[in-house]
Amino acid sequence: MEPIIALRGVTKSWGGGRAAALAEVDLEVSEGQFVCLCGPSGCGKTTVLNLVAGLEFPTAGEVRVRGEAVRGPSPERTVMFQESALFPWLTVRRNVEFPLEVAGVPRAERDARVERYLKMVHLWRSRDSRPHELSGGMRQRAAMARALVSEPQMLLMDEPFAALDAQTRDVLHAELERIWLETRKTVVFVTHNVREAARLGDRVVIFGTRPGRVKRDLTVALPRPRGANDREVATLAAVVERELEIEIEKVIREELDDAWTPAGGAVPGGARSDLGGGI
Amino acid sequence: MLFLAVLGAIWAAASKGGDAFLLPGPDDVLRALVTATRSGLLPRAVLRSLGRLCLGYSVSLAGGVVLGVCLARVRVVKDTVGVLVLGLQAVPSVCWLPLALLWFGLGEAAIQVVIVLGSLLSITLATESAVNTIPPLLLRAARTMGARGLVLWTRVILPAALPGIVSGARLGWTFAWRSLLAGELLFISGGLGQVLEIGRELHDMALVLGVMAVIVALGLATDRLVFGLVEDRVRRAWGLDRS
Repeated sequence: MEPIIALRGVTKSWGGGRAAALAEVDLEVSEGQFVCLCGPSGCGKTTVLNLVAGLEFPTAGEVRVRGEAVRGPSPERTVMFQESALFPWLTVRRNVEFPLEVAGVPRAERDARVERYLKMVHLWRSRDSRPHELSGGMRQRAAMARALVSEPQMLLMDEPFAALDAQTRDVLHAELERIWLETRKTVVFVTHNVREAARLGDRVVIFGTRPGRVKRDLTVALPRPRGANDREVATLAAVVERELEIEIEKVIREELDDAWTPAGGAVPGGARSDLGGGI
Repeated sequence: MLFLAVLGAIWAAASKGGDAFLLPGPDDVLRALVTATRSGLLPRAVLRSLGRLCLGYSVSLAGGVVLGVCLARVRVVKDTVGVLVLGLQAVPSVCWLPLALLWFGLGEAAIQVVIVLGSLLSITLATESAVNTIPPLLLRAARTMGARGLVLWTRVILPAALPGIVSGARLGWTFAWRSLLAGELLFISGGLGQVLEIGRELHDMALVLGVMAVIVALGLATDRLVFGLVEDRVRRAWGLDRS
């Protein structure tokens, strides 16, 4: 089957090619898949999401959605951010209605859809509240309803739960999984939290850094719904964690100076500190 | 309230002890105000001045918001008009009077020009900064939901900037008020400024002080009642005042 998202040889660099956020990334996502992009900060996972969203454009290579090159943002590819990005001057209901109004959906259908999705995220009772009256978790629920209401081809999520406390996050994981099972949307979910990736994804794509590239691509065949504390999830998270440690150490090594030694010894010392022992 | 009472008492004492001609007491001022109101001079002048102010202020509010938005979002405008606006902001509005009088003659148009020039720029600058400080995330989110062009402007950018624009409008109102009186002092304008002038010519210091009191009262009232309430409501609705 043709992939819904296809990145081919995508390179993205900043400042005239000095720093490469992404180097020659190939990635395909098939319809209905829940893909988690996981990696240390600066690995370009968010850049991948922005490229698919059409908020940024590749320096080289191409990004295609259903075979068509991405030329800009589209309501078919809605994005959820770490902050809810709800409009503070609108009530929850009007916020969720906003994408439908922009698309010119008739009044009656708008009302029905807003109700359906607000109920799906359990916010129907708070429909007339303003965003600043809600808790962080409720704001993200509202943002989720707003992202789903236009019934897009895919949902792009950029660390949507990273700013929430652990309990709220667990609840929202379960909610997201339930909604995903209900709607079977294609989801691209960016996170640096390995447990979250293992908990949610059908597939976990691990990114390496400097330059950003795909390091490993794991298929997760665990049954759903999954629990936050399932042993299989924990085992998988440990595997992902191990992969990431190496990358994270690389980042820290670069950010700090040579005197820092990794505790786990996962990375052999750099050429400067091992006295050329590898010759 | 207590503060005002104390101030009034000091004023009364000062006028008793000093020169009652140059500094009339509160009772004289009150009497002058009553006389001026009875004769119809004061009410007419207030209406005239407020009418003028509303016209000039509406023009600068509309113009200021449009110009401010252009400054914030259109590169070319920023690089050309932006510098001019910043520079002219330093010019007190009264400085425009000689020019306005020569260009537009001793009449209504000259006063309006002074009002507009006095308040437009501060509204422009406030609007520009309000638009510039909209969180970029909101604009990104709006774009991913398909908002573009006019819809992006009217449904996202302007509402997001509204609290800042309202503050700017409030500031602009006080500038407009000052410019108006400066303009009215100059000729037979029929406004409050002219009543001040009449008081000066008749050596009626009680009337002069009375008119000043009216100006203060009107300024405070519009600022508190109109702009204060609007600003409060907007800030609360936008979730900016979380106490």
